[in-house]
Amino acid sequence: MTAKQDATLRRTVLEKMYLARAFEDCISALAAEQGRLPGMQILATGQEAAAAAALALGKDDVMVTNHRSHVHLLARGADPKTLLAEIMGKESGVNHGKSGTLHLIVPEVNALMTSTVVGASPLLALGAAFAQQYKETNALTMVFFGDGAAAEGSVHEAMNMAGVWKLPLLFVCENNCWAGAQSFKEHCSAGNIASRASSYGMPGELVNGNDPDDVLNTALELASMCRDGRGPALMELTTYRMHGHGEYDKQHYVDPAEIEFWAERDPIVMFSSRLEQEGVLGEGQAEAMRREAADKVAEALKFADESPYPAPEAALEHVWASPEHI
Amino acid sequence: MREVHTGVAIREALTLAMEMDDRVFLAGEGIGVSIHDNPLMPTYGLLETFGRRRVKDTPVSEAAIAGLAVGASTMGLLPVVEIMFFPFITLASDMLVNHAGKLRYLSGGKSSFPLTVRVKAGMFGAGCQHSHNLEAWLAHAPGLKLAFPSCPADAKGLLLSAIFDPDPVIIVEDMGLYWMQGPAPEGDVRVPLGKAAVKRPGADATVVGYGRAVLAALEAASELEAEGVSVEVIDLRSLVPLDRETILESLSRTGRLVTVHDATKFCGFGAELAAIAAEEGFASLKAPVVRVAGPDIPVPFSPPLQEFYMPNAQKIAAAVRSIL
Ligand SMILES: Cc1ncc(C[n+]2csc(CCOP(=O)(O)OP(=O)(O)O)c2C)c(N)n1
Ligand SMILES: [Mg+2]
Repeated sequence: MTAKQDATLRRTVLEKMYLARAFEDCISALAAEQGRLPGMQILATGQEAAAAAALALGKDDVMVTNHRSHVHLLARGADPKTLLAEIMGKESGVNHGKSGTLHLIVPEVNALMTSTVVGASPLLALGAAFAQQYKETNALTMVFFGDGAAAEGSVHEAMNMAGVWKLPLLFVCENNCWAGAQSFKEHCSAGNIASRASSYGMPGELVNGNDPDDVLNTALELASMCRDGRGPALMELTTYRMHGHGEYDKQHYVDPAEIEFWAERDPIVMFSSRLEQEGVLGEGQAEAMRREAADKVAEALKFADESPYPAPEAALEHVWASPEHI
Repeated sequence: MREVHTGVAIREALTLAMEMDDRVFLAGEGIGVSIHDNPLMPTYGLLETFGRRRVKDTPVSEAAIAGLAVGASTMGLLPVVEIMFFPFITLASDMLVNHAGKLRYLSGGKSSFPLTVRVKAGMFGAGCQHSHNLEAWLAHAPGLKLAFPSCPADAKGLLLSAIFDPDPVIIVEDMGLYWMQGPAPEGDVRVPLGKAAVKRPGADATVVGYGRAVLAALEAASELEAEGVSVEVIDLRSLVPLDRETILESLSRTGRLVTVHDATKFCGFGAELAAIAAEEGFASLKAPVVRVAGPDIPVPFSPPLQEFYMPNAQKIAAAVRSIL
């Protein structure tokens, strides 16, 4: 099956992209209000086509993600209510206020591990993929990491070992052109990440990361290879972080023309009009999807706002499985 | 004396060292071009001043940053490298613990590793993978010196000493201090490694801490003064080497010791201080040593939970009261 043939899946991709955009627009607006949100806010605005990769997964597949995770988690089916409550540090948050935005973990949707330690997620995914192979399941693990993360030794170790053991592990590198204030050219010695795949004996695909069809088709194809026992694969999504590193980042080091260039390639604008042109979406359907996403986020915000903070002593919970040890 | 922000004082040390000695270079993630366009950040503007030869923005590669420092230092350079946040020291730890701290010894004293690692630390609402003070790990590794300043003058003076020290030195910068002002001398005024400072004299109890916790201890001391309790506050400034004399001398007068740090309690640096009091100051002790520290949990994200975690003046004052 290719995505082109599957109209339902493509509509779901767009739906999730709208949801992620609305969710992050809400966070962005809250972050602009003094004292409204604790900590830092790291958004994936502009990178929503990555939702298509997450949607290539089946229910039993595992996802591992990083500090810029909202798109991945929402696409996977995480509840925006408990995600937003977590980001606000509320008791009802998906991780009871222990995590905040940087390491949202949603086992309910098989997003079992998240790390804000750059380059750590591929190592975690290695273990998950090993377990899948060991248990002879038909499932795979998909791991998201950034272009900057690819400079960590951990990523090389994960790729090599996964290659040697032919683990069902799909590496998804979101190359958003920047790692903090360092441009891709400055921090990477090669022209792309995907070409590294051959060094580890796996297929590597360079994908237009702002085109959900490209992302979905490649992800489906590579995922089925992983499932067939042919070992790991790597896909690199070329995309752009429209809001800078975090909401506090004024991007003083970025050429405004570069931001404009990518603004004209907004994946949501492009994909919604493509689906309309192809008749996959009828008149007014895209707009209805956008409104539905906005409603879900408004509901999430109400839920998060009305939720209480955890009691201070709750800090002591969840360190151990056996609480008597603390 | 003029007042400067700690971040600026650190930059003065870096600037002076680079002006004085071409062997000094800087490397780290975003130390040249940073997402923080803020003149209070220590490395702000240094790329413009010293150029790309001496101010090196690196890829996100902590092991390589630390390895760079080890290798370049034994070649005669004086590297000053930055680890962006304390928990990421774990990624650099092989180069620091197994190499920077051991290669001189392994060489029978023939090789030297005069490197400096600046580590940014603090609890700032980012959760436990950004906030985790691991100074006790580092202090436990032979061959590494370790400093943890609490004010602009020490941040500057200790860094200058570290850069020109013949051994590897790790210096922890509490980021909250960057935005705080205090007196600091101009020019090349160094603070020796291994020398504590008595921040406030007192007679009834000794509170020993380092970094941000010293400010909380001073606040607690003022609070207790109003109750007629006289507290001596010692700022260790260096953890390795450790100024035992200053601690023991103070203890011999007050007979009571409270230790304080933001790191967790179990096997924290306070345990070493308590052991020193027990081994070497036993005769002076009038009461048990009390350790004020974070509970043995990862630093939580949610504001009330982080608040619960943090040692503060009230907790320190309560600890002192408990042994009067
Ligand atoms: C080990 C480690 N080093 C440094 C950081 C600080 N940091 C957070 S995000 C980031 C940039 C990562 O870039 P990339 O992997 O491209 O992901 P992006 O932020 O662009 O999504 C850095 C350096 C970190 N979180 N972990
Ligand atoms: Mg990036």
